[in-house]
Amino acid sequence: METLGLPGGALVNYIFPNNAHVVWSIMIVLYPYITGLVAGAFVVSSMYHVFGVKEFKPIANFALIAAFSFGLFAAVPLLFHLGQPQRAYEIYTTPHTTSAMSIFGYVYSSYLVLLMIEIWIIYRRVFIEKANEATGVMAIFWRVLCLDITTYNPESAQFDKKVAKFLAGIGIPWACLLHGYVGFVFGSVKAVAWWATALQPFIFLSSAIVSGMAMLFVMYSFIMWRRGGHYDYVLVKKFMISLWMAFILDYSLEVLEVTFVSYEQGAHWAVIKPLLLGPLYESYVLGQMGLLSIGPLLVLGIVSLLDIRGKALLYLANLGSLMLVFQVLVMRFNVVVGGQLISKSERGFVDYEFEFFSKEGLLTAIIIFVAPFVTYYVISRFIPIFEGKSMDTEPKRGIL
Amino acid sequence: MKNMKKIVEMEMPSIPDSRREFLIRLLEGTATATVLMVFGPGASAHGPETGISGSLEPAKHNYAYIIDINKCIGCGNCVRACKRENSVPADYFRTWVERYVVRADGVYVDSPNGALEGFEKLNKKFRDNIQLSRTVPKMCNHCHNPPCVQVCPVGATFKSPEGFVLVDHDYCLGCAYCVQACPYAARFINPVKHKSDKCTWCYHRVKKGKLPACVTVCPQKARLFGDLNDVESEVSKIFEKDHWMVLKPEMHTDPTCFYIGLPREVV
Repeated sequence: METLGLPGGALVNYIFPNNAHVVWSIMIVLYPYITGLVAGAFVVSSMYHVFGVKEFKPIANFALIAAFSFGLFAAVPLLFHLGQPQRAYEIYTTPHTTSAMSIFGYVYSSYLVLLMIEIWIIYRRVFIEKANEATGVMAIFWRVLCLDITTYNPESAQFDKKVAKFLAGIGIPWACLLHGYVGFVFGSVKAVAWWATALQPFIFLSSAIVSGMAMLFVMYSFIMWRRGGHYDYVLVKKFMISLWMAFILDYSLEVLEVTFVSYEQGAHWAVIKPLLLGPLYESYVLGQMGLLSIGPLLVLGIVSLLDIRGKALLYLANLGSLMLVFQVLVMRFNVVVGGQLISKSERGFVDYEFEFFSKEGLLTAIIIFVAPFVTYYVISRFIPIFEGKSMDTEPKRGIL
Repeated sequence: MKNMKKIVEMEMPSIPDSRREFLIRLLEGTATATVLMVFGPGASAHGPETGISGSLEPAKHNYAYIIDINKCIGCGNCVRACKRENSVPADYFRTWVERYVVRADGVYVDSPNGALEGFEKLNKKFRDNIQLSRTVPKMCNHCHNPPCVQVCPVGATFKSPEGFVLVDHDYCLGCAYCVQACPYAARFINPVKHKSDKCTWCYHRVKKGKLPACVTVCPQKARLFGDLNDVESEVSKIFEKDHWMVLKPEMHTDPTCFYIGLPREVV
């Protein structure tokens, strides 16, 4: 029985006294979002390094550097969230292995190390070149970075290429593990009806790939615009087709999840239905599943299926990508915060209000979110990202 | 590019053995240290695992908590005693009391400030056609299969062999995963300590042979605490009658907080 849009036949909105606060707020929304960008960007890089998709070659290194820049900050929101951040290291020293969260430290760190080694291998030639050119303190810096090996020959390039391919190869399942794992952290909580589904890891993973690709394209587009508009339209077209396909898979999973729970008419639906028709109506029904999903599906569908070229292609690609960047951000919010809006009393919904200046407020979130872009900018001042000066000795492709 | 050509043309010297050895040893050392940290003797020094997997010796006590709904009058004495005994911060509760009013058109539930001051007279709007009215004390269920213990990433929350689910505040990260995992909303992040907090069944009192504070102040003896290993204890006798129920049995947490006369509307 439902009364006044409340679950459990409640006559008034009743929440348990300890449920008055949403304990996982914006920081925990940001954490899977940034982690997703890492996984998604890495997959783009692997398209070239592992699967040899030549159209993606111009952005393969860019995707890696972007993934690394995001990766450095993926766990920072967690530190802001923890009540005792100075003890964060305990997750490495005394992991409690029955906890879905306990191995995150190892999965995340090992992935970051893999990413660093991959970048190091790909840019080793550049480091050696810089070490030979630089003088003073910078020379020491570059010499340390290339482990004092200052020569590079075709055999080295051949060897590095093999290692890079191998690392990118194991990086794909690792990236999938990293983000599927984040989904598992939520999906395995049986006490939160909106989280508890075995589909959660797959939804998180597919949305991670979508958000990573979309964000990468927006960044690419911005960088190329700043450089005078030298876009590689072949790349743009291929990228959009891939993004469209990835989003079709992602959206199908999201629709499947809610359709299944709805059709099942089980205990979870009794609280999820009023949640979706009540507190989450705007952000989930209209936002995530409506405008921000139908929009990109149509826009990217038009881009993929019709012969659209030049500026029109670029504008539509940016529009579609931007909508997907927001779609996944809103999806993370709807999952993380949305799940906590259902009080465990099963007879009411918790109020959530955005905070701006608090430790876990919007301002902190904005600063953390901007940090990877600043990091990317700083890295791009030191090493060439689009110029093709890495281990690839072949001539540059296209108009980049 | 000129420089690059020069570099490429140069002969590649082999990596000196010493450097190669150094790197190999560095990797070996890191791997060994990691394995020792995770599985070594220090890893389980704080011993949260013992409770879940069973201790070596059989537990001397097997505590249980019984709440008789038919006796509770919703005075809030227990909530006040708990607040005082455990310095529970304002707006958070280790125990609270809910009022359930069942009518033909639905269920009215409230717990004003956790029933710290008891309950005011029911709003006129809901006063007629009442089918059932009960006050229901709530607290940590000290489950046998506690999801909060399962999800704690560092083992800071654990189950003692005697049945207490406790939090080691020297280890708690304040991540709140346990708060999410608890189906009963019995846990909260203490806004002063920034660590997970919950009912301990007044472990500090029980250890000294006393009863939990909430039990001692209940004027109706609606709250009982005792040892199921002691066949003469009041809780053992009630437990044997097998009339008890638990909250949210579908969660399969196997609570050790048992209710007598629990209406089916209670969640």
